[in-house]
Amino acid sequence: MSDDYENKTGYQAQSSETISSGGSGRSGTASDIDYVRPAENAEQDLYHGHSFITKWVFCQDAKVIGVQYFLLATFTGVIGLILSWLMRLQLGFPGAAGFMTAEHYYQFVTMHGMIMVVYFLTALFLGGFGNYLIPLMVGARDMVFPYLNMVSFWMFFIAVGVLLASFFVPGGPTGAGWTLYPPQTILEGTPGSGWGILLMCISLILFVAGFTMGGLNYLITILQARTRGMTLMRMPLTVWGIFTATVLAMLAFPALLVGALMMTLDKVLATSFFMPTILKAGEVLEYGGGSPILFQHLFWFFGHPEVYIVALPAFGIVSDLISVHSRKNIFGYRMMVWAIVVIGALSFFVWAHHMYVSGMNPWFGFFFATTTLIIAIPTAMKVYNWILTLWRGNIRLNVVMLWCLGFIVTFVNGGITGIFLGNVTVDVPLSDTYFVVAHFHMVMGIAPLMVIMGAVYHWFPLVSGRFLNETLGKWHFWITFLGAYSIYFPMHYLGFIGVPRRYFEMYDSPYVTSAVGMNEFISMAAFIVGAAQFILIYNIIKTLKTGKPAGHNPWQANSLEWLTPSVPPEHGNWGEKLPVVHRWPYDFSVPGAKEDFITQTTPPSEVIETEVEKT
Amino acid sequence: MSDPKIEGFELKPGFKGMAKDTGSDQTMFKGVHWGKAMMWIFLLSDTFIFSCFLISYMKGRGSTLIDWPNPSEVFGLHVGGVDVPLLLIAIMTFVLITSSGTMALAVKYGYEKNRKMCGWLILATAIGGLTFVGMQAFEWSKLISEGVRPWENPFGAPQFGSFFFMITGFHGTHVTFGVIFLFIYAYKTFKGHYDEGKRGWFTTMKGDYVEIEILGLYWHFVDLVWVFIFAFFYLW
Repeated sequence: MSDDYENKTGYQAQSSETISSGGSGRSGTASDIDYVRPAENAEQDLYHGHSFITKWVFCQDAKVIGVQYFLLATFTGVIGLILSWLMRLQLGFPGAAGFMTAEHYYQFVTMHGMIMVVYFLTALFLGGFGNYLIPLMVGARDMVFPYLNMVSFWMFFIAVGVLLASFFVPGGPTGAGWTLYPPQTILEGTPGSGWGILLMCISLILFVAGFTMGGLNYLITILQARTRGMTLMRMPLTVWGIFTATVLAMLAFPALLVGALMMTLDKVLATSFFMPTILKAGEVLEYGGGSPILFQHLFWFFGHPEVYIVALPAFGIVSDLISVHSRKNIFGYRMMVWAIVVIGALSFFVWAHHMYVSGMNPWFGFFFATTTLIIAIPTAMKVYNWILTLWRGNIRLNVVMLWCLGFIVTFVNGGITGIFLGNVTVDVPLSDTYFVVAHFHMVMGIAPLMVIMGAVYHWFPLVSGRFLNETLGKWHFWITFLGAYSIYFPMHYLGFIGVPRRYFEMYDSPYVTSAVGMNEFISMAAFIVGAAQFILIYNIIKTLKTGKPAGHNPWQANSLEWLTPSVPPEHGNWGEKLPVVHRWPYDFSVPGAKEDFITQTTPPSEVIETEVEKT
Repeated sequence: MSDPKIEGFELKPGFKGMAKDTGSDQTMFKGVHWGKAMMWIFLLSDTFIFSCFLISYMKGRGSTLIDWPNPSEVFGLHVGGVDVPLLLIAIMTFVLITSSGTMALAVKYGYEKNRKMCGWLILATAIGGLTFVGMQAFEWSKLISEGVRPWENPFGAPQFGSFFFMITGFHGTHVTFGVIFLFIYAYKTFKGHYDEGKRGWFTTMKGDYVEIEILGLYWHFVDLVWVFIFAFFYLW
């Protein structure tokens, strides 16, 4: 770095002081302090679609691909929702659905879990929000490999197709639980042990392959295609969350791929990777010598980072939403970034806390309990920082903010039950009860879902150019929020009295008497909450044509995605010239500034009398 | 390769330079082609796949009840009246490692814009890879003819067959894809696509000799993985 350059950047680096009285000893002219290094990357050549097919179907524009991911993930999510309704119908009112057999129940449990975790949440956060927001937020024209990005979506499309096809094959979808534990997964007697599990494994392999293509795009776009002035520490936390989650996915999905492949071979070629010697009705099966625990290790080496693949983008997005809607800079930005990174790194050392009762060495349990509880530190840091961001902020209590507040409360709730389950001695009696169901639905179901909802209300004006209806939004929020607590709070209690999860029916066990009323209540709440989600779908369809026009930057945000020349942004995002970034995206309510926000593209010479943060 | 020149930014060596690059705007890896960065990250992900395979193999081998067969006998060849252990596999490894050498030379000649030499060396690499796959097919058919199957194994634990066919098959698939791409790249080199910056068949990216280096990274990775498979499967 030349001395000359050092001086120029040194000029902006006056921490919270009035720049005009800065100490570099040079009287800054506008051109001097606004200097940003010239572009390193050549202009990206983009393929512009001409026909309907190349513009909207096989499209290479990351924004269209993002919307495609969003719609397909939502479609699969609705299927998952309907499956949960059917499960709750059986649990609350046994026998009310005449067609429901135990086999169906297990199949619905399995498909609900797999769809919601992988095909809904992962695809929505990384495929949907990632594709739409990354290029816009870092100031790129598009993803770096648009063609690969397109293939990524269509691989996901095929994966979803294969998954849903398993509803129509002989034997139906697999009913082994979403964890697919062998040996029962592929043995006769488990529903869908023929075609069902095979299609599940193939679908997962396709999903991983498709995701890898997308993930490479997200990472390289963030690392190598940022615009001038956009340093890593000037990126919105949304990008940091998605980035770290993608790194996790790139390193965790391999374990799932290998597990699924070996399971497929066990099924198709009768190998015995996971299959121990099994006696069935007095006869020894052809399998023998394999290790079922191996699958559990592979699965959870994927499965635990997967929790954070869903949670980290949610953390990032909610940070941005809270900051914008409370008109304050995010408290402790650097701490937030490092917390995301540390949580991501730690998530690779905790997987066996899902396996306390699997019969592994007790010392393992000790180790994994320790690492699990350490994760509470960076996570708690984030929660404090969100609250401190809200503290004395100029809070706009709109629908977006409601979802954010709902997220914080729900996440803390789910996190605290996590401390119960993270400790071996407490986990062992609670293991496989409804307490576990309540915990993970709170922490990785409802909490990220609240962020998704908030993000939809926040970014819909960007995608469509119109606001969503606030009144409908408030109904949607309150029904979902109160309803979700009506569902999951009682479940903790069910867990404490020992009601086991995944049971089709309690028959005449003593649980029945004390749990029957509660199960009915939970089911009623679940029907209402599920139905409330259609308010959002109605809201979207209605406002797409008739909503209030949003115009440019309707939330007075700072980050680049709101600063495109046209709303909604066009292919290529930025028109003639790429934006130049001078600051972080959190300069809200800066003392001395004309307005209560300073966009990332505002040069220092325009805010010379203000106390902007050093970034 | 010499360091790239970045306008307004001085590259510094060592850890300090790395920290400075990371803290800078636009790119983290200065002057690195997007595709090259992508290949590195893909290979990292792929490393995890092969690690999972090999760790599963160790776990599987450790937990079988029946003894693991002796690899020097199973993989031995009977040549000229003598049993030579690991003969075929030694030749296979030699061929694959040699092809890495020709690949490295191809990259060198590519950056020197020596179209002919570069093309021929890529072709040589492809032929090396093809030889490897061919010898692997021979090895597979020999083992199959002796009764080894994914689900059973006359020499000992059935997991031997399962892991052997799965892992070498997965690696062989990697080599095969590499060979296909090597042939395509050899064609593109001879046609001069990299000299004139012709756009790719599916993408809008302009052709450049860096693509040969990117393919080279993949090829070296496949060789490196083979070294691990060789060590864990044949020498253990």
